[in-house]
Amino acid sequence: MSRLGLMWSGLFRRRVRTCLTVFSIMIAFLLFGLLRSIADVFSVGVDIAGADRLMVAPKYSIIDPIPYRYISEIRAVDGVEAVTHANWFGGTYQDPRNFFPRYPVTPREYFDLYPELRMPAEQLDAFDNTRTGAVASVALAEKYGWAIGDKIPIEADIWPKKGGDRLWVFDLVGLYSVAGNASAQDVFLLNYAYFDEARQFGEGEVGNFIVRVTDPNLAAEVSRAIDALFENSMAPTRTATEAEMQREMFNQAGRIGLVMTAILGAVFFTIVLLTGNTIAQSLRERIPEFAVLKTLGFTNGGVASLVLGEAVLLCLVGGALGLGVAALLTPWVAGTVENILPGIELGWTIVATGLGVAMLLGLAIGVLPALSANRLQIVDALRARG
Amino acid sequence: MSALVKLNGVSKSFIRGKEELRVLTDIDLSIEEGDFFALMGPSGSGKTTLLNLIGGLDTTTAGYVQVGDTRLDELSSKALAKWRSEHVGFVFQFYNLLPVLTAQRNVELPLLLTKLSRSQRKSNAATALKVVGLEDRADHRPGELSGGQQQRVAIARAFVADPEILVCDEPTGDLDRDTADEILGLLELLNRDHGKTIIMVTHDPKAADHASHVLHLDKGRLVDQVSA
Repeated sequence: MSRLGLMWSGLFRRRVRTCLTVFSIMIAFLLFGLLRSIADVFSVGVDIAGADRLMVAPKYSIIDPIPYRYISEIRAVDGVEAVTHANWFGGTYQDPRNFFPRYPVTPREYFDLYPELRMPAEQLDAFDNTRTGAVASVALAEKYGWAIGDKIPIEADIWPKKGGDRLWVFDLVGLYSVAGNASAQDVFLLNYAYFDEARQFGEGEVGNFIVRVTDPNLAAEVSRAIDALFENSMAPTRTATEAEMQREMFNQAGRIGLVMTAILGAVFFTIVLLTGNTIAQSLRERIPEFAVLKTLGFTNGGVASLVLGEAVLLCLVGGALGLGVAALLTPWVAGTVENILPGIELGWTIVATGLGVAMLLGLAIGVLPALSANRLQIVDALRARG
Repeated sequence: MSALVKLNGVSKSFIRGKEELRVLTDIDLSIEEGDFFALMGPSGSGKTTLLNLIGGLDTTTAGYVQVGDTRLDELSSKALAKWRSEHVGFVFQFYNLLPVLTAQRNVELPLLLTKLSRSQRKSNAATALKVVGLEDRADHRPGELSGGQQQRVAIARAFVADPEILVCDEPTGDLDRDTADEILGLLELLNRDHGKTIIMVTHDPKAADHASHVLHLDKGRLVDQVSA
């Protein structure tokens, strides 16, 4: 037996209580692992170098428009190979729960920028030539039972038509499939020319531009050059990778990192209270045992360190289990939300931070009981038992 | 024989609220190496307090306790703990074993404070359990042992680190007559064959019969001393 063995044995004086405590700590660290993995996606800066596709968005808010005329200036930037644009259309298809993104686009440009979207040439021609035309992913069409030739009604919430009519009806003229693991999977694309002419306001404006660079190594340089063009205009831009833009969009929807930190703070505060109470209760029950250890020659500090060690051990075991389960679940979570929030992973930094937090939690929980054990008078404690 | 334990003008008081409660008054005592001392007296006479002072569990209000060349009142709390681990073994009325540990591990506890290797600790604990006749109960927890067996484990724990003195507070107080006699026989064996100095508090005159010296305490003072 070692001192660690002594601590371990102490933990299992009340097996059920210890297991429940470990379970609660495990759940806390499971949440820690999962939430930190998600929060990190918003906090970690993405290296722009190496990206071949960039997104040019409004600098200050995703709801600000950008003039369509910027497209020619962007095209003229050295290192830019192709440019297209998109808007957020919004709207409702039959029921607000039927959510899927809808973008007005210039068909050929858009499909040129997204070669992973595959559609027969005649359908792309039809999309290009039909003012009210729209195309959808095969998966989206299967989900809602659409077929080419169907009319798809969308009730506008942002963009009414001139005259105030909110019902837009589009002719489904093509279905595209998605090669690989693209981020634009289940999108409903409509013809920008028609949208721009028919909408009540905002004519000549777009939501963002998508740029393909000639050389991924030039991505950072091209990005800076584009933003410099419009820096002193009424509509300054911010250029970044698509993944980075998606993260920013989520973050603007509500300071997600901050919210997650607040949730974790509340969870750990509760754990400190509950586990601290459990450890304190365990200590009260074992006062005579600590007195016996001191009788045998364990110093005050030695007994206090055993108590503190037990608390740390308890939290480390719970923390390690929680982080282990989080490691198992994270790939599943990442796969589920990959289209809208790519890059979720439980890195070693999170695991190391989690174990560090577990240790600090154990110290915070154990410090008061350890001080009590340190101050314990042998004679008083033994008299209490006798 | 030289005096192993010397008490010189020892007094002990406790403060209870605003009152000072004097438990021991001006005790002078010498216990020689290899003695088997029994401390007797009515409840509240100060027997356990005297035992605690000799074992270094408590400090005197006046006077001092000297064991060998060491004056216990001059030791810091940490040094006193170390001294206890090296020189004194304790046996209690209610055994005071750790319920989560097996008999073997309970006996090993004092050895955690030594520099012995894990295998040496295990081996020494096994030998101690053999001396008290419980080698076949090494893997049992206290809850799985009878009172007499638990007290044997406690005795094994008390002498496993080879201290000079065994301090026993009513070691047979919770046992039936036959079991008590077995325990007292074991203490006699440790005194006679292993040279342990034993200081035992007891209410039981039959238990005191096993001692070489019997001391009587009353109201915190030594009344008389009987040698066997």
